Amino acid sequence: MGLKEEPWQKAEIAGPKKALLILKPEVVATMVKRAKRPLMVVGHLAAEDYSEDAKMIDYAIRISNTAGIPVVATAHVVSEFIKRGFYSAAYMPAMDIGDRLADSEWKGLDGNGPYDLALFMGLPYYMEFVILSGLKHFSTNLKTISLDRFYNPHASWSFPNLSIKDWKDNLEIIVNKLGGN
Amino acid sequence: MGCAYTLSKKGVHVKVDELKTDVGLFKNLELSVGRIIEDKWTEPMGPTPFPEITTIRDWDMKLLQRYKPFYLPYCDVCCLCTFGKCDLTADKRGACGLNMADQQSRIVLLACCIGAATHIAHARHLVEHLIEKYGRNSPINIGGLNIDIEAPVTRLVCGVKPEKLKDLEEVLEYCEKQVTHLLSATHTGQEGSNFDFESKVLHAGMVDQVGMEVADIAQVSVLGFPKADPEAPLADLGFGIADVSKPTILVIGHNVPSSVGIIDYLTDKGLLGKVEVVGICCTAHDITRYSSMAKIVGPISWQLRYIRSGLADLIVVDEQCIRADTLAEAQKVKTPVIASSPKNCLGLENRTESSSEQSIADLVEGKVPGVLILDSDKVGEVAVETVMKIAPKRNKFKVIPKIEEIIEAAKECTECNECRRACPNDQSIPDAMKAAAKGDLNPLAEILDSCVGCARCDSACPNDYPLHSFIVKAGEEKLWNEKFKMRVGRGAIQDVEIRNVGQPIVFGEIPGVVAIVGCSNYPQGGKEVAEIAEEFAKRRFIIVTSGCAAMSMATVKDEEGKTLYEKYSGTFDAGGILNVGSCVSNSHIAGAAIKIANIFAKRKLRANYEEIADYIYNRIGAVGLAWGAYSQKAASIAAGFWRLGVPVIVGPHGSKYRRMLLGRKDKEEDWYAYDARTGDKVYVGPAPEHLFTAAETKEEAIVLIAKLCMRPNDTSKGRAIKLTHYIDLHKRLYGVMPNDIHLYVRNNADIPITMKDDILKILEEKGWKETRIPDPTLLPRLIRKTKGE
Repeated sequence: MGLKEEPWQKAEIAGPKKALLILKPEVVATMVKRAKRPLMVVGHLAAEDYSEDAKMIDYAIRISNTAGIPVVATAHVVSEFIKRGFYSAAYMPAMDIGDRLADSEWKGLDGNGPYDLALFMGLPYYMEFVILSGLKHFSTNLKTISLDRFYNPHASWSFPNLSIKDWKDNLEIIVNKLGGN
Repeated sequence: MGCAYTLSKKGVHVKVDELKTDVGLFKNLELSVGRIIEDKWTEPMGPTPFPEITTIRDWDMKLLQRYKPFYLPYCDVCCLCTFGKCDLTADKRGACGLNMADQQSRIVLLACCIGAATHIAHARHLVEHLIEKYGRNSPINIGGLNIDIEAPVTRLVCGVKPEKLKDLEEVLEYCEKQVTHLLSATHTGQEGSNFDFESKVLHAGMVDQVGMEVADIAQVSVLGFPKADPEAPLADLGFGIADVSKPTILVIGHNVPSSVGIIDYLTDKGLLGKVEVVGICCTAHDITRYSSMAKIVGPISWQLRYIRSGLADLIVVDEQCIRADTLAEAQKVKTPVIASSPKNCLGLENRTESSSEQSIADLVEGKVPGVLILDSDKVGEVAVETVMKIAPKRNKFKVIPKIEEIIEAAKECTECNECRRACPNDQSIPDAMKAAAKGDLNPLAEILDSCVGCARCDSACPNDYPLHSFIVKAGEEKLWNEKFKMRVGRGAIQDVEIRNVGQPIVFGEIPGVVAIVGCSNYPQGGKEVAEIAEEFAKRRFIIVTSGCAAMSMATVKDEEGKTLYEKYSGTFDAGGILNVGSCVSNSHIAGAAIKIANIFAKRKLRANYEEIADYIYNRIGAVGLAWGAYSQKAASIAAGFWRLGVPVIVGPHGSKYRRMLLGRKDKEEDWYAYDARTGDKVYVGPAPEHLFTAAETKEEAIVLIAKLCMRPNDTSKGRAIKLTHYIDLHKRLYGVMPNDIHLYVRNNADIPITMKDDILKILEEKGWKETRIPDPTLLPRLIRKTKGE
């Protein structure tokens, strides 16, 4: 494992403005609770990555169910949500949701207004990297959090590069602090 | 009256010292006219001959208003001038005044200028070379009696009809001038609007298409390539296709004359069959169009694996997409290199004027690692004579390690993850090394399937392990058994083929034309393009392909051992899979769309860009897919299609092109067009929804392709067919109905019969209202009648 605050793909350097490290996962729970309009964007790797007992998609569902955060499933991963009995995920391509989130006038999935916090997980690292960059530069009131296992520097906040165990532990804490099991 | 004048095709200049007329006396009168067209083409000149960089700007702005750029900055700073790095984060501006949106569009323009310049310079070299060889008056002939419109892109853009090789020079001069203007706009203190940068991107794409067309019609005309032949022969493709007992010449690149020189020399000396000539990338396409004895190793990503395997006894490189470390890699396996392009000299001594004997001797004796020879005939002689002498000495020397060496190295691997973090596809090389340390090389072998051949893992390894070679060795057995058949590039689409399918395409009954093109920077290996192609061929779309994608498409066999090219027709018709050829052959795909507008719909072609693009955009359900696009050329090729109104999808790595052109289907006001019959503005739905987007997965790309084939002009029958495919694929791959069906159903007749109940329910929930099917156009001047008339 490389340094915690290095981009996972080493040459994908960002800055001067870079993501703040999430060193205490409780902070994520606090930010989610404080957000007026949070949203979770979940890519296809959520159903593929890591080991069978640590699928990202399962954490996404638990966080969504616990905190009532709407989910946008990108690519074809909506089918995996459905297989798990989670039927409320919206679905659109990653580029589409990125584009909409960059638009401060977008009224959201429900038409009730723009989002103020977007949590990302499960997109290919480099794709999430550039989408988060687009949001860093062009969204006006949106904060972003990367919940992937790797530091993604264009987010507002990102996990550092983590082992699977540490990453799972962090997500468990977030779920618990949000009031879930 | 004193008078002097100059007259040329490029322009006329008249100077009159003194002229008496009925209206008065003129002194020192000078008249200039831009150019004179020698007119054997009876069609009247259209509105935009040889368009300058702002001529088609209005059309661009119509597209850009609908498909606004979504910028994805790869870098937060600009470092192009001596003000130093300017932080452009969020709403900051640099020292020159540009903001982040401007800078991103500027970088996109730079990329497209590089791409366009590369094709145009390629065309320039080819035309000059072929004129020197075959004469200025060699006729343009790319399909005999089957093709009247030999150069649809050139005719459309420039308003000229090239008949001989010499006619192409003027076209290239135009392209070169445009690229120079466009590139100049990226200088500090020039263009200051991201939308105008984007318009210039589209202009770069347009002239790029002209340059590509010039290159391909020149080589097809005189080099004996297949001429619009649906039954072009099948070529051997694969890692294991060469007879390794023979001396082997590997050609890499895109510009075929030096490879032709090799084949010609072999032919002249009666050596055909005694030397293997194999190719990588588009030179491989074009040399198999030239000679049935040439073979294709594979796409661009296979360069290193082939060189390191030591199979090539001599390497000839020309231009474009060649690894910059080819010479260094070749030296490791004692393979001499001949560089043959002024654009890629590799630091080698120029032996163009030296005796061939001296060059051959120096290469064989290893006195020089390679030579630069800028004469294709001499390349042929030196390459063949050298390879015959050096092959026995080399004895296929390779640097691929033995299995025992890999296992020993793996035992020393610290699993530091540097290799994985350098890998574009995040391959788990450390885990594979861990398995290798225990003697299991299968995980390393599996990585080969999705390896893009960049070897960044090698560079990253702190132990200096040649990890790419480890991967190649692990997958060696499979590699050696890779032998496939690919139909060689057929060139253009025949006029008669266009006549046969024009109506069903425009009405939507052939649900789409899918162009699967581009490079091999795939997220999951090349087999995905074969899967995508077959999915749509089975659904009776027309599949056209070119470049490395055309090669990757050949690398899947069915249970009978047949590749797609052996299973599907090469005709431009429903269910066909057509390889048009190399990168520059992409122009024939644009040409086919243009010819549908001209031949089927009788729209005027000559210098009539906006109207033809408007026709294509509103009526022809064509979509480009560049699943492994990586290069600047791929960017400019895509830009050429955007300006013609053809949407392009790239793979996930294409998100690094820094900018998408995305429609917003949730904004109803964006999707109105004129009804040319009445002048009314009519809601036409988001068809096509995007002009440029990156798909995250193969499944997303498949669904997007089906959706982006819809056009406002579809008849109800055609729309129902297109909706059937879109919904069916969405349900199969996403597990749910699409959530935007109501935007694509205009009336009850559009609803696929077999899905009627489900769709009616959705329409009711969405509060759907019927809309009419207009004669759609974005151009007010095409309205035949205005209200009240």
